Amino acid sequence: MSGQGIGQIVVYAAVLTLLAVPLGRYMAWIYNRERDDVIERAMFRLFGRGSGEDQDWKSYGKTVLIFSLLFSFVLYAIQRAQGHLFLNPDHLKGVAPHIALNTTASFITNTNWQYYGGEYTMSYLSQMAGLGVQNFVSAGVGMAVLAATVRGIARRSSGTLGNFWRDLYRSVTYILLPLAVVLAVFLIWQGVPQTFNAHATAHTLQGQTQTIARGPVASQIAIKQLGTNGGGYYNSNSAVPFENPNGGSDFFEMLAILLIPAGQVFMFGRMVLARRHAWAVYAAMFAIFAIGVAVNLPSEQHGSQVLRSSGVNITQGHGQSGGNMADKEVRFGQAATSNWTVATSDASNGSVNSGFDAQTAPGGAVPLVNLFLGEVVFGGVGSGLYGMFFYIIIAVFVAGLMVGRTPEWLGKKIEAREIKLAALGALFVPTMVLVMTAVAILTKSGLASIYNHGVHGFTETLYAYDSQSNNNGSAFAGYGATSFSTTFGTVALYFGRFVPLLAALALGGSLAQKRIVPASAGTFRTDGPTFTILLVGVIALTAGLMIFPALTLGPIVEGLMH
Amino acid sequence: MRNTIVRSILAIVATTIFFGLLYPLVMVGFASVAFSKQANGSLITRNGVVVGSKLAAQAFTSPKYFHPRPSGTSPAYNAGATTFLNFGPTNPDLAKLVHDNAQAILKLEGPYNPGLTIHQIPVDAVTTSGSGIDPDISPAYASLQSHRVAAVRHVPLATVQKLVHENTDGRSWGFFGEPGVNVLELNLALDKLGGK
Repeated sequence: MSGQGIGQIVVYAAVLTLLAVPLGRYMAWIYNRERDDVIERAMFRLFGRGSGEDQDWKSYGKTVLIFSLLFSFVLYAIQRAQGHLFLNPDHLKGVAPHIALNTTASFITNTNWQYYGGEYTMSYLSQMAGLGVQNFVSAGVGMAVLAATVRGIARRSSGTLGNFWRDLYRSVTYILLPLAVVLAVFLIWQGVPQTFNAHATAHTLQGQTQTIARGPVASQIAIKQLGTNGGGYYNSNSAVPFENPNGGSDFFEMLAILLIPAGQVFMFGRMVLARRHAWAVYAAMFAIFAIGVAVNLPSEQHGSQVLRSSGVNITQGHGQSGGNMADKEVRFGQAATSNWTVATSDASNGSVNSGFDAQTAPGGAVPLVNLFLGEVVFGGVGSGLYGMFFYIIIAVFVAGLMVGRTPEWLGKKIEAREIKLAALGALFVPTMVLVMTAVAILTKSGLASIYNHGVHGFTETLYAYDSQSNNNGSAFAGYGATSFSTTFGTVALYFGRFVPLLAALALGGSLAQKRIVPASAGTFRTDGPTFTILLVGVIALTAGLMIFPALTLGPIVEGLMH
Repeated sequence: MRNTIVRSILAIVATTIFFGLLYPLVMVGFASVAFSKQANGSLITRNGVVVGSKLAAQAFTSPKYFHPRPSGTSPAYNAGATTFLNFGPTNPDLAKLVHDNAQAILKLEGPYNPGLTIHQIPVDAVTTSGSGIDPDISPAYASLQSHRVAAVRHVPLATVQKLVHENTDGRSWGFFGEPGVNVLELNLALDKLGGK
């Protein structure tokens, strides 16, 4: 760990915060705007009477479910039929049914878990019109649901949360699209391909032939980072130079991963008129981000036992970054790789610029735990912050118990219904992860997916269900695709997405109906460092304690093995 | 319910056309005009033949060339099917791989680097890269190899070192990432020197 490396991470955090504040202001303005634009007016005319009216949480949630389900059929069909469709210059066949099923669930739920290798499985059409569309739309759905939930918190004595179609439209066109275009242009300039030409063939200096996969990559990579999707155009994801050619592209892609989720914290602060509270929440997120880097980077720089005992030079300096370079790229080195590892697992992004399977035991435990916390540290676009709301409610509940008062949050009384929804939202997915991991470990078909034997194989399994249930998509990538693992994963993906999503909408709906209680001397303040510390503590105690037994079976034992 | 289904279908069609076809199409159009080289994969041609890409390692085994990092793809350096190697940190296969790679390097570079021990082999030389096609090696690994390349080609070491320096990509804007030596560009520059 050099000062230079730490400097890169500090600059990252500073630039992220500086950009997130104005972006949050912009997003609040977009969602609050009363007037519809031309396209919205046309859309609602086409959609028919009443289509542009505000919806209650049930109607909003139903629309999300129907829209997502129908889109699933389309995405599945495109992958299966790609062999007979256009934009397939390398004549790839239709995607195998169980892979296509898992991939469909994976992209509809904003996860982008990859049981497929992009450059040799998906035609250009499947990449663009199948997966690429979901990079916008699944992100837009998460953002819309967040906007609706936030409105629920802001509104008083109201039954509605906003209109799904309007929120979705504004998310994809006013927020995601302009940022994606800017980032795509930058990435093309840096060397990310963007072409419809077939894969190139090179005749190497030593007289061999080399196939070089390319395609409409940059347009895909830009939105995969911004929408916390993370699905690689290439199998090795953002470690591949064609996705991520240099330290500069790496920096901006990493910024794109957390930019919108970080901005949404400030958007929330504006929309509910509680900017100091937003800063307190941001501080809690930031603290967990910093802890992640503080564990991962030194551990990776120290290197694995195998590398240390091998005798090769892993010391930083004298022309190398050193440390654990297994499945890592020279142009990123340890600092930028660690920064990426933490950012992508704090968010529900899941793109990787190194292979997590090869990280050291404590290093690899960082993304594992980050996922398990529900990716609430900045988090997925939309889903991160509404996930954080569950923890905030538990935190004010705990504070309320301590002082013996009915808990309040932003002037709303938190009662039994809200606590139940928050508990459901915060605990459903972690429970599912543990149960599914147990089943996968106890069955022969589950064990078949394991690549590294022993303790590490358990961690691979845990990570796979952790990642899919939490809609992250990063992987200990040795974990293989079988008909069992793909089907089981599909269940994890859909339930992991839609149970918390509906809990968030129900929470918003419930809060929207409440009156504002004026703050009094006994009100627990949610805008200072006390609240920040309480929130971090609550996150550590709920999800953190749930994963601890599993951690001891996996990374902790592995870390002790010498 | 029926209304929602009809609206969903309309939205699916609209988003698929706009984000799935129009957006990438416009970006392809822009790229082919503004950055046609990068857009097509940063290919490098020599005498009119495409010899590789600046962004993909290719196999070099001859002693007159600099060698890239090990690759986990099948076959090695397959830029059409990238992959991690995925050996966990306690996997015995990783220990064997590191050991075998280090021994091979000692055998290859030892004669040109008197007194070379395993402690002088940089870690990137014995580990696979993330993509399997990492185009770069660390400056430390390039420095180790430059003695062999200079000797085999009968050119002064200083000349080779100068070329290594010229083909080192520094940190982006002097700050982000780590320096790396682009192996293909370096080897092309060496071939350009002429001589044997």
